[in-house]
Amino acid sequence: MGSGHGTELNLTLKVWRQKNTKASGSFETHQLTGISTDMSFLEMFDVLNEKLIHEGKEAIAFDHDCREGICGMCSMYINGRPHGPKNGVTTCQLHMRSFKNGDTIVVEPWRSAAFPVIKDLAVDRGAFDRIIASGGYVSVNTGNARDANNILIPKDAADEAFGAAACIGCGACVAACKNGSAMLFVSAKVSQLALLPQGQVERKARVLKMVAAMDEEGFGNCTNTGACEAECPKGISLENIARMNRELTSAALTYTK
Amino acid sequence: MSKLDSKIPEGTIDQKWSKYRSTVHLVNPANKRSLEVLVVGSGLAGASAAASLAEMGYKVKVFCFQDSPRRAHSIAAQGGINAAKNYQNDGDSTYRLFYDTIKGGDYRAREANVHRLAEVSSSIIDQCVAQGVPLAREYGGLLSNRSFGGTQVQRTFYAAGQTGQQLLLGAYSALQRQVGMGAVELCARHEMLDVVTIDGITRGIIARNLITGEMEKHFGHAVLLCTGGYGNVFYLSTNAMGSNVTAAWKAHKKGAFFANPCYTQIHPTCIPVSGDHQSKLTLMSESLRNDGRIWVPKKKDDTRKATDIPEEERDYYLERRYPAFGNLVPRDVASRAAKERCDAGYGVGNSKMAVYLDFAFNTARYGKTEATKLNIHNPSQEDIMRLGKEVVKEKYGNLFDMYQQITGENPYEVPMRIYPAVHYTMGGLWVDYNLMTTVKGLYALGEANFSDHGANRLGASALMQGLADGYFVIPYTLGVYLSAEVTRMSAEKDNADSIDKLKTNHPAFETALKEQTELINKFLNINGTKSVESFHKRLGLIIWNKCGMARNKEGLTEAISEIQALRKEFWSDVRVLGSADEFNPDLEKAGRVADFIELGELMCKDALHREESCGGHFREEHQTEEGEAKRDDVNFAYVAAWEYKGVSEWELNKEELKYENIKIAQRSYK
Repeated sequence: MGSGHGTELNLTLKVWRQKNTKASGSFETHQLTGISTDMSFLEMFDVLNEKLIHEGKEAIAFDHDCREGICGMCSMYINGRPHGPKNGVTTCQLHMRSFKNGDTIVVEPWRSAAFPVIKDLAVDRGAFDRIIASGGYVSVNTGNARDANNILIPKDAADEAFGAAACIGCGACVAACKNGSAMLFVSAKVSQLALLPQGQVERKARVLKMVAAMDEEGFGNCTNTGACEAECPKGISLENIARMNRELTSAALTYTK
Repeated sequence: MSKLDSKIPEGTIDQKWSKYRSTVHLVNPANKRSLEVLVVGSGLAGASAAASLAEMGYKVKVFCFQDSPRRAHSIAAQGGINAAKNYQNDGDSTYRLFYDTIKGGDYRAREANVHRLAEVSSSIIDQCVAQGVPLAREYGGLLSNRSFGGTQVQRTFYAAGQTGQQLLLGAYSALQRQVGMGAVELCARHEMLDVVTIDGITRGIIARNLITGEMEKHFGHAVLLCTGGYGNVFYLSTNAMGSNVTAAWKAHKKGAFFANPCYTQIHPTCIPVSGDHQSKLTLMSESLRNDGRIWVPKKKDDTRKATDIPEEERDYYLERRYPAFGNLVPRDVASRAAKERCDAGYGVGNSKMAVYLDFAFNTARYGKTEATKLNIHNPSQEDIMRLGKEVVKEKYGNLFDMYQQITGENPYEVPMRIYPAVHYTMGGLWVDYNLMTTVKGLYALGEANFSDHGANRLGASALMQGLADGYFVIPYTLGVYLSAEVTRMSAEKDNADSIDKLKTNHPAFETALKEQTELINKFLNINGTKSVESFHKRLGLIIWNKCGMARNKEGLTEAISEIQALRKEFWSDVRVLGSADEFNPDLEKAGRVADFIELGELMCKDALHREESCGGHFREEHQTEEGEAKRDDVNFAYVAAWEYKGVSEWELNKEELKYENIKIAQRSYK
């Protein structure tokens, strides 16, 4: 039923296939016919995988889970852009009505030294978890909290912190960056906690530890091209990177253990 | 004599938990360091439990099938989290939250557990705010609240339409802090395939490394299943694609009773199915029913556009049937009413399986108010709608965008089309007051257990329960069991073949590992003709049609034999390609679908045996003259806990529900 104006597309897909992390990969071409414009991009992949299984060929591995744009698991690099041609959406929320009949679509995994390919289109983003583990938290054990309304937070600060906290950790920022930098991801967490009173005690140590962890993981440096912000499905602002740079400089100069 | 001992403490309802908590056995800090706890699942319940237990000094391992604990499906919860803070000074209290939850569950939940949930709800908000979770604030800097269904107070805390995301990221950061300190070992991209028991006591799990395919043995003094609900048995649901019942089901086959499997929640406002390609359904938050009016055309098979149908030819059926609550009736009632209209031939859209959720009326109302504020006298219709749209956008903008993205239609211009979809499962593993299943040392937390929502869950209560279990219940109740483990370990310390010395070298681990490896190979060796996905779709269709929003004896009986036939066909004709020693998502799914098929049969059996209607369980034979659910409190005021006895065989155990503090009454919304 859908919008009632759904039409069907015939498409050529060039998909990256790679057996495992160590293997070298290559593109594989597939023809698909009768793809409804009401389908999501991942549903189009479901159709392709069913076709492959029917033909006795192994399905294409790709990461996905919630399919409503919030878990951050889906991660395809489509026609040279993370999450494809539409701004502000994840791959799972990209629909086939964004494509034309006869299109050729090239699909690759996130490409970054810090995100090794596991298989086909799935990559390992464990580096993000390790960065958070290095300091992306407030040290408060369960049961230690005071009444929530004893901490007053101006609405503006709360809203700004929320804007940074909306990051879904998908890694599109890294995939979009020519340097493979994780600055947008790291700065979003640093900003969220630097903006809130709860984050003040560990503010300096946090930014130092998280940036050190980021560097250790092999992410590249930031050269202010702004591709991360342009491709972020959640609209995380470049201002967070500026804020993190200020936080880092200030902490480096003043932090004493 | 019942096999079920709920272990509800003595005392008055408001003292049970505080007294119990203060008198249970403790484990001293030195002993905690030698006790290992395995936590399966990293959503709100799992992450909060793992972080809290690690903070206390236990050695913790966390398993999740996703690439990171932050992906767990708690992340997708939109609306909010309830807590009896009474910040709005509108008469809320622990008792009211307790009462609303019991009544909302249609009097099929356990009083003592629900009261405890209400008691700890306030501490959850404190904990989350302390972690830096950016909950919505008022201009004075204080926390903001909103209303949700089934209550008359404002007790719902929220973070825009992303409350679950923010709460989960808070719990995840607490968990990652423990990972960074070496107190938690994180096993992402791991799937639990079995519970290992020795002499009926839980001693660990078998897990598969999903990247290498390696089968692993993990020892634990206790295992916590925080693995969510089983809504994906319906194939189409609002659950994430990977959400599954496998961990809970394997535990069930190892002796954990499964309670009330037929209690499933169908949420009334979801984006309808658009075609056979559909892989999942997307919720449109309950909050939309505050400003959206639900209707269908008065004429059958009306093919006109919604905007071309005049006011007098529209049937606002919820307002017609339930004048007192109108569009804000509870989820189960709203869902059934939509189904009734569509089944009768009044549905809209190409499939005719949808109803309208229309914002035009309230957009105009807001627009007029805004015009007044701006001193615009005699505003034109365009001005009114333009100003009204700005208000609607401020309130629901992200949801409207999501709707447009998925359907390609602009809900500011035309009404949304919505239809009910599977959203949550109230049933789950049976647990006692300590959250322990019927297998010693095996616990179930969050949506994976059955305990707090009865036959229908109220909005904004799932997040509350997951975090209550993880932050504030299990840290206390786990000690009850582990303190006894300390005594046992001490008694067996000179025993050369004690479990504490052997750990995963115990032959029981090897046996379980071999069984699961054989199962994996079995999938790969069937070499049939039909994909795993195709079986899942067929199963979902059977359950949706015959064990969905309305059930009857004939349909359920048919469903049981259809599912049994499907199971046989699956095991002889499924095609799973690739190998066992690599990343193989299709192989993972094969195991999950195999378990869903078995669960589906039990769901139908449970629904068939429960000869009454209550909450989400609507038996067509048991309804009032007006078509409302008719409970049978004389014969069915119990928890149905099913014991696995072999393929297609279960034994029913009953836990009587006693209402000592709340008077049971018929729910009415007219």
